[in-house]
Amino acid sequence: MPAGPNDLWVFIRPVWIFVLVLLCILLIAVFAPFVTSHDPNYQNLLARLKPPGYSTGSRFYLLGTDELGRDLLTRIVYGARISLLVAFLSVSISLIFGVLIGMVAGYFRGFLEVLIMRMADIFLSIPAILLAILTVAVLGPSLLNLVLVLAFTRWPRYTRVAYAQTLSVAGSLYIKSSAYSGASNTRILMRHILPNILAPLIVLATLEFGLMILFEGGLSFLGLGVQPPMPSWGSILSVGRNYISRAWWIVTLPGICLFVVVLSVNVLGDFLRDKFDPRSLGR
Amino acid sequence: MLQRVGYSLVALFGVVSIVFGILHLSGDPVLLLVPEGATQQDIDNLRHALGFDRPLYVQYFEYLRNLSRVDLGVSIIQQIPVLEIVLSRVSFTLYLALGGFFVAAGIGFPVGVILGVFRGSLGAKIAVPLVLVGQSMPTFWSGIMLIIIFAVNLGWLPSSGAREFSSIILPSITLGALSMATFARITRACILEEISKDYVTAANAKGISFTRVVFHHIIPNASLPIITVVALEVANLLTGAVIVETVFAWPGVGLLAIEAIEARDFLLVQAIVLFGSLIYIILNLVADFLYAYVDPRVKLVATS
Repeated sequence: MPAGPNDLWVFIRPVWIFVLVLLCILLIAVFAPFVTSHDPNYQNLLARLKPPGYSTGSRFYLLGTDELGRDLLTRIVYGARISLLVAFLSVSISLIFGVLIGMVAGYFRGFLEVLIMRMADIFLSIPAILLAILTVAVLGPSLLNLVLVLAFTRWPRYTRVAYAQTLSVAGSLYIKSSAYSGASNTRILMRHILPNILAPLIVLATLEFGLMILFEGGLSFLGLGVQPPMPSWGSILSVGRNYISRAWWIVTLPGICLFVVVLSVNVLGDFLRDKFDPRSLGR
Repeated sequence: MLQRVGYSLVALFGVVSIVFGILHLSGDPVLLLVPEGATQQDIDNLRHALGFDRPLYVQYFEYLRNLSRVDLGVSIIQQIPVLEIVLSRVSFTLYLALGGFFVAAGIGFPVGVILGVFRGSLGAKIAVPLVLVGQSMPTFWSGIMLIIIFAVNLGWLPSSGAREFSSIILPSITLGALSMATFARITRACILEEISKDYVTAANAKGISFTRVVFHHIIPNASLPIITVVALEVANLLTGAVIVETVFAWPGVGLLAIEAIEARDFLLVQAIVLFGSLIYIILNLVADFLYAYVDPRVKLVATS
């Protein structure tokens, strides 16, 4: 893809609005028990499929209830925890693993380089969603498996960037001089190369974070991710699908949350890309 | 060129091996294949019948030999070769991908041109949110929203299935949205790359009308790199179909994969993953060839 000035986001320049939105959602997710007094799994079958604003005298349902009479707002708030947790863990694991072996490939070259980069190519040529489907089908769906599957399918992206960046840095004089003055390979990699290749990796990780939230939602929607009764935006949507003519709010509201989070992350990621790395990452 | 094909073959071999590895990751693949509530005797019989009691490397070579003969096994549930089941559903996924492609290209390319050529205009101001929304919208949500609006409330279009021609409209829009954003961004980037070149300045200085410069000079030159992205995007449309097919009960390969998981028809799941990866690898290869074809300066040699 040819590079070009990236001013697509110029109309929404106040990036801080989106950062603020993300911060709010993060705080809500972390302090979920303080945000809502309901229990996400408390069922009240007498109050099934009630519209937003419904009140039973002692309880008030701001966003209505789902098919088992659970408070939808509470489930969405706790669902944010799942989404952010899965995305954070899977991005962290694939980032650390991918960057480490990418740096090793770029620094030591030779056989390791061929082995690692060929592996990365192979993993990139399996469609991530198919690999996820296969793995979940074998190991069974769970939160941990979901995180592992996402990390398992995404590490080559970091490896490629880390490898290319390490190659371009490794020949520099300062690397050579620290090698000649007796610095160990580990020290060179961690203290000299890593800080210099970090910027494009942070950009990539941000954009991947948004993608991982979409993947988590999608796989949970397909029944391959987080399992009920644990609330996830994707699984709420998947159940609410059966009630679209009677209870539009169940499918509409979690989707809006997903959309807003992913949109904010994307805007932030593109902003960082403009800032750190004027040349496109090629995605 | 041969080297590039060689890499694809290596990738294919790797995919096959990974799939084999994942299958055996669970410890005992027989447990994946038997229906729930099978007796130990049934399990042992099936294990022996399928050869899972042999050493791992023997199974691996057997597996490779079967694959090389395009033998993916027989569905435990339906007792039909799994490849037949997959092929019977492929056309639906292709139709859907084609529909998604029309939506993506039909909106994405013009939007990209507007964003690239008329920067800051009213049209661009309308187009930017369109790209943003398309890029951030989860398909499993936008699909349901379209169903609520156009099928449940307005009653204009069918909500699911593939019984009539109009059934394909909503799934295509849903699937095409993400690729639309990609096309728009790439078109825009390519146009910006061209518009700053000397020949455009020269054409403007000669007094050629702006429309003519755009349509006769900039767009033809910018379209070369865009073409190469198309093959990659088709690959993304095909994999994105898994979720969209589930939302709309569209009877393609993606829905088949979900059905197969629910039915614990593991050989069928495996066949779909292998089939999908093969198509994906081929499309990636096509993209590389297209790239070299439209831009002879690109030599197909290993960059990594």
